[in-house]
Amino acid sequence: MTLNTAAFRGGSKRITAASIIRLLMTHLVLIAIGLLFALPFYWLVSTALKPDSQIFAMPPVWIPHPVIWSNYPKALHYIPFALYTWNTVKICMYTVVGTVISCSLAAYSLARIPWRGRNLVFATLIVSMILPGQVTMIPTFAIFKWLGWIGTILPLTAPAFMGNAFYIFLLRQFFMTIPRELSEAARIDGCGEFAVYWRIVLPLAKPALVTVGLFTFIGSWNDFLGPLLYLNDERTYTLSMGLQRFVSQHGAEWAMLMAASTVMTLPIIVIFFLAQRTFIEGVTLTGIKG
Amino acid sequence: MNTSMKSKRDTLNGVLFASPWILGFLTFVAYPLLASLYYSFCSYDAISPPHFIGLENYRIMLTQDSLFWKSLWNTLYMAVFGLPVSLAAALGIAILLNQRIRGIAIYRTIYFLPSITPVVASSVLWMWLLNPQVGLINTSLKGLGMTNPPDWLSDPAWAKPALILMGLWAVGGGMVIYLASLQDVPVSLLEAASLDGAGTWAKFRHVTVPSISPVILFNLIMGLIGTFQYFTQAYVMTNGGPQDATMFYALHLFNRAFQDFEMGYASAMAWFLFVITLICAIAVFRTSARWVYYAGESS
Repeated sequence: MTLNTAAFRGGSKRITAASIIRLLMTHLVLIAIGLLFALPFYWLVSTALKPDSQIFAMPPVWIPHPVIWSNYPKALHYIPFALYTWNTVKICMYTVVGTVISCSLAAYSLARIPWRGRNLVFATLIVSMILPGQVTMIPTFAIFKWLGWIGTILPLTAPAFMGNAFYIFLLRQFFMTIPRELSEAARIDGCGEFAVYWRIVLPLAKPALVTVGLFTFIGSWNDFLGPLLYLNDERTYTLSMGLQRFVSQHGAEWAMLMAASTVMTLPIIVIFFLAQRTFIEGVTLTGIKG
Repeated sequence: MNTSMKSKRDTLNGVLFASPWILGFLTFVAYPLLASLYYSFCSYDAISPPHFIGLENYRIMLTQDSLFWKSLWNTLYMAVFGLPVSLAAALGIAILLNQRIRGIAIYRTIYFLPSITPVVASSVLWMWLLNPQVGLINTSLKGLGMTNPPDWLSDPAWAKPALILMGLWAVGGGMVIYLASLQDVPVSLLEAASLDGAGTWAKFRHVTVPSISPVILFNLIMGLIGTFQYFTQAYVMTNGGPQDATMFYALHLFNRAFQDFEMGYASAMAWFLFVITLICAIAVFRTSARWVYYAGESS
């Protein structure tokens, strides 16, 4: 399947008609499938810019004419968007900070400190990853109820400070690749374990830490079940909750729903573009180096 | 003397550094695991203390709750029909994207983006796309000459295929993992196969697939776990309907726990799910010895 790029750099091979046709075909297939993937996004954005008459028009109107911007302010008016965004961002920030700190500590212990019981802890961590969330959901709810935390954001943020098996695993894999000589040298210079972690390992692991932070942010931003379980006051709703409630109340207001969904999706897409490389590397690291 | 002091210090540090997770594991995994097992033998509404009723929840679940069986069937449907399709699609697209041509980064981005779109937002979008009368999918099908396209989410027979279709849009996560493993397939092996006269398919079947088999296993197990917990899309888009066609296991469990406050019963369902997940994971691992190949292992 792989095409030889040397042919186009004027290397030993010459450009043949067959290779050009093959390249064209490849692009055609990639573009055709790409359109299928991109089309829902286009429909999302364009529906939000259409007047009602064109939303329900047959055959479908591909380019909104005239472009109606008012669906955005209308949607943002119906849903207290600024408040929900702030609530969501707040939860995201706490979970990102908590996850990065707690996971890097545990990963450091598992990757860099030789201690008895470490293998047992690591095995437990791996096994805990296949545990369905439903099994722990009800007692966890009971714990938070007992603490009086239902209706606050604490059930969504506090557990982040106690680590996450996937991210500990990811960071451990990364920490393993940092040369041991570096920490040994620091120890000889009189660094304690925490100083080695803080001054040597963390700075070297920045890409992995950014990956974990990004995943956590997106996971929190997109989370629905958590807020559904624990938030019962509209003033504390996240965007996911707000959008779902809006759907169940104003099901057929498609233009506004599309506008709200666009605004909710946009930050994720922006973040993806800003950190694309880290992102793909991170997905890879979680999946491969097992 | 010095080494034993060092090992003591290491143990202390090791436990100390791992302590947030150990504490979290005990509070949010180990205790809930045992507590939910206990609750599953109780009548429990989260307000008054649990009251032991023996195997009653399991008896009702297996003999009286038709929705339990329905939801189990619906979930298995997604695992049996939806999961292989989406795993194959992810692999197919990854192979397509594993080429060194101009603009490949743009293609990868487009194919990947749907997988990180917030599920609630993409659910809302697909409700609109799948709308039987005016949705883009059906108007396009009609435009292509199909007189009677399916009613998708309003038709019990088509609701699950509709969700599978929507899932295909978001295969990007699995795709990226495949893509990375495809890039690790030893070029020397592929070249050697070419010299031996192997065609494209033979190379794929006998070199590429064995090389990436550990990743296929990883995606299969993760996909299986994800399927058993399928929830948000069904909650937002159909709330289990039409005629319970999308009442999935996790949704039924949630409703029993947090709408009917039958937490004991829901815990029994949760443990049943746990056992099924374990059995599936073990079964996949067992058979994997036959089809997963780890480099560096003598076969």
